[in-house]
Amino acid sequence: MKSDRRHFLKAAGVATIGVAAGATAAEANLLDSAKELLLGPKGAAPYPEAKKGARWAMVVDTRKLTAESMEKMIHACNHAHNIPLHPLRKKGDKYNKDEIKWIWEEEFENAFPGQMNEHLPPKVTQNEVLVLCNQCENPACVRVCPTKATFQREDGIVIMDFHRCIGCRFCMAACPYGSRSFNFKDPRIASLEINPEFPTRMKGVVEKCNFCAEQLDKGLQPHCVEACKNGELVFGDMNDPESEIRKVLRNNYTIRRKPEVGTQPQVYYIV
Amino acid sequence: MYDSGKIITGLVIFVALFASPFILNVGGGAPAVPQPSLDTPAIKSMGNPVCVRENMQANHMQVLDLWRDSVVRDSNHTAPGIDGQLYEMSLSNTCMECHSNKAEFCDRCHTYAAVDPFCWDCHIEPPKEG
Repeated sequence: MKSDRRHFLKAAGVATIGVAAGATAAEANLLDSAKELLLGPKGAAPYPEAKKGARWAMVVDTRKLTAESMEKMIHACNHAHNIPLHPLRKKGDKYNKDEIKWIWEEEFENAFPGQMNEHLPPKVTQNEVLVLCNQCENPACVRVCPTKATFQREDGIVIMDFHRCIGCRFCMAACPYGSRSFNFKDPRIASLEINPEFPTRMKGVVEKCNFCAEQLDKGLQPHCVEACKNGELVFGDMNDPESEIRKVLRNNYTIRRKPEVGTQPQVYYIV
Repeated sequence: MYDSGKIITGLVIFVALFASPFILNVGGGAPAVPQPSLDTPAIKSMGNPVCVRENMQANHMQVLDLWRDSVVRDSNHTAPGIDGQLYEMSLSNTCMECHSNKAEFCDRCHTYAAVDPFCWDCHIEPPKEG
């Protein structure tokens, strides 16, 4: 056969595709075998205690909240997650710009700006409420994260992979609830009684409440729920019609923070 | 050649300076490649190794990366060891329980290889022994 340029180019093209496909397949094979070697023949598995197919949510009964009980819950969370307590930058500052908040107290009018009807009962508007990340069904922070550092787990928890966070703070701009904090300072310079079982963060990453995913994965309740004594917080599985939280939601009228923005918060409030 | 004396002197000085690290190290030999120490009470009390499935010294970066993604992103926290038992994939809570000698196990080679992984910016180091 006479070899011309046309035939040569055709053959070269086919050969290139063949080699590339072969190499990709070999690499995929190698990766699979390495994974099997490292994670065992059956692959990695969750803890046996972890509940499958759950959709986690929380009810906060503001009628039962007291200053002391909130203090206790916040402290339990701060200690378990190595949350630093940075001092004010300047004496007399109105806000602590370095504050890291996972769960905190908020005035009613700031927590529920759309619910400030006139002449509300003073016991509702004067007491502070406990707020935390709402673990939205439709989270704005996940949509804006450029590195997928913030993502939504199958059980609905919106959680951060701190390894991937580049500190761009898009998520802080997107969150309608102010549930995210940025580490302007190294958290370890603040006085911190370190819990060795949970990592700290580093300077330059964002952090927020993770609904105690590390506890839930072991079949335990979140730290704030474990710390409350009088049923101020009810935590449970929304997919289970017999769960405590579904009963509470059936029997009480609840509100959510800023429902109008369409994020479908999963923290419900009884007022 | 103009200024040959200056140029040649300059060249000699330049070559001597440039070659000085090599000349000074002749006969000294390269420093021995450090080996991670497995000498901790927990490892000594253990008969057979339970966790190493690969050549960890060469591949631990990929291994740790795979384990980390499995735990953080897929919530799969456990994987079987060589002995078939399930172990929690956790740097601070599992690896460093036995490898509690961070200075001899991690830092020695990392310093030699001039790599500076940022594990310990967030993860808590095991308490110093003694």
